[in-house]
Amino acid sequence: MSLLPELYEAVVIGDDDLAAELTGECIEAGLAPQTIIDDALIPAMAEAGRRFETDEYFVPDLIMSGRAIKAGLALLSPLLGAGSSSHAGSVVIATVQGDLHDIGKNLVAVMLEGAGFEVVDLGTDVAPEEMVAAIREHRPQLVGLSALLTTTMLSMPATIEAIEAAGLRDQVKVLIGGPPLNEERAREFGADAYADNANAAVRAAFELVGVK
Amino acid sequence: MTSTLIDELVAGGPVLTDGAWGTQMIALGLPLGVLPDRWNLSHPDRVEAVARSYVDAGSRIILTNTFQANRFALREASGDVVAINRAGAEISRRAAGELVKVFGSIGPSNKMLITGEIDERELREAFSEQAEALADGDADGIVIETMSDLAEATLAVQAAKATGLPVVACMTFDTGKQKSRTMMGVTPEQASDGLAEAGADVVGANCGAGIDTVAPVCAAIAAVTDLPVWIKANAGVPELVDREVVYHTSPTEFAVHLEGLVRVGADFIGGCCGTNPDFIAAMSRVLHTPDG
Repeated sequence: MSLLPELYEAVVIGDDDLAAELTGECIEAGLAPQTIIDDALIPAMAEAGRRFETDEYFVPDLIMSGRAIKAGLALLSPLLGAGSSSHAGSVVIATVQGDLHDIGKNLVAVMLEGAGFEVVDLGTDVAPEEMVAAIREHRPQLVGLSALLTTTMLSMPATIEAIEAAGLRDQVKVLIGGPPLNEERAREFGADAYADNANAAVRAAFELVGVK
Repeated sequence: MTSTLIDELVAGGPVLTDGAWGTQMIALGLPLGVLPDRWNLSHPDRVEAVARSYVDAGSRIILTNTFQANRFALREASGDVVAINRAGAEISRRAAGELVKVFGSIGPSNKMLITGEIDERELREAFSEQAEALADGDADGIVIETMSDLAEATLAVQAAKATGLPVVACMTFDTGKQKSRTMMGVTPEQASDGLAEAGADVVGANCGAGIDTVAPVCAAIAAVTDLPVWIKANAGVPELVDREVVYHTSPTEFAVHLEGLVRVGADFIGGCCGTNPDFIAAMSRVLHTPDG
């Protein structure tokens, strides 16, 4: 059975057309959708993430791999039976109030989707009350907050405090990221975790929602 | 590709540029969430005070408060973009007087070509709009800065060159174990080659992971180009103390790196995040002290 290793390779190198084609062939060959996801797509994204952390891959490579895994998932998701969700968990993600930078946040969204999370992206300059409303509406397990600037990262504790004041803090885990942040600041701001890069964000997301 | 103005500037040794503007405007009351560039229209006097503080500190080139004044960040019709950029150049020009040069600042779009959220035509139009407005405001040159994607930087350089002004192009190297790649994986050598090919008159690096990581980047850029090199480094990495942002590199510590940077090829030197007029004044003292 060489289809799964080929699909794995297509995702690692970020060829979305090939990934879609090979996913189709896997389905035709009678492989279970969950097997295709677990044995090719998810390990491939993990490998792309590993290469990212060791400076073999950079942001464009990750985006290409993310696109390839999504091409595969698009074909597989409709085939997954009721009850067996394709989602590892759900996330509401945003760049905090006052900050218009969305590259890091978008990259994390791509990687989380690639890893099987359902992602609701609120965009940039998201006010604390908008986040609170989105948590009420989407009931995510995880909230992701991004900030690029030292001046805007202070909107993070404001957002977390608003979630707390709304009585929703126990229902969600909060993951933060961005250049001015670190573990210590995550603790100080009342977040549950900090991620240094998009791959670390996926790892942290799995840990926070209790998968693996 | 040489520019007479650039030749004149570098002929006399290292050229001091300016430091950070955003933090200076926050000190003057810029509220959180207001794009600093908007102050060019609403509070030109305060922007001019920042520009003037760098002139007084010894900058020979000051930039403009237009780093984010592109149509994407401003989310508005092009009239506002043009007015903000033109005003930015005019404000710096007023502060600069006769002897100091004004280089208009153009930052990244913060959109990514590779994801398809934006295309080359849209970027080209946006950069042209900004560059033309800066030229209309009487800038002496244009600085493309904080770029991470070489394709985007190339479009910006080409748009800026079309104004006929000299163009400085620099990228931000803050990624990887050695902090020697841009976020998009571009190496200093690739940046230097690519930006020169796009028509830049000066190439270099700005922002990044602190002044102690910038010398190897500067050396790598200088090694592959004959063009002058532009370096504006951060004052270390920001720390948070009692919810106040603090940069721990002092002006004196920062200025210590000046000589090393010049030795590895820097022709234009200034500061980025965490720096202020004191940093420029400290470097000016080093430059003007014999054997400093």
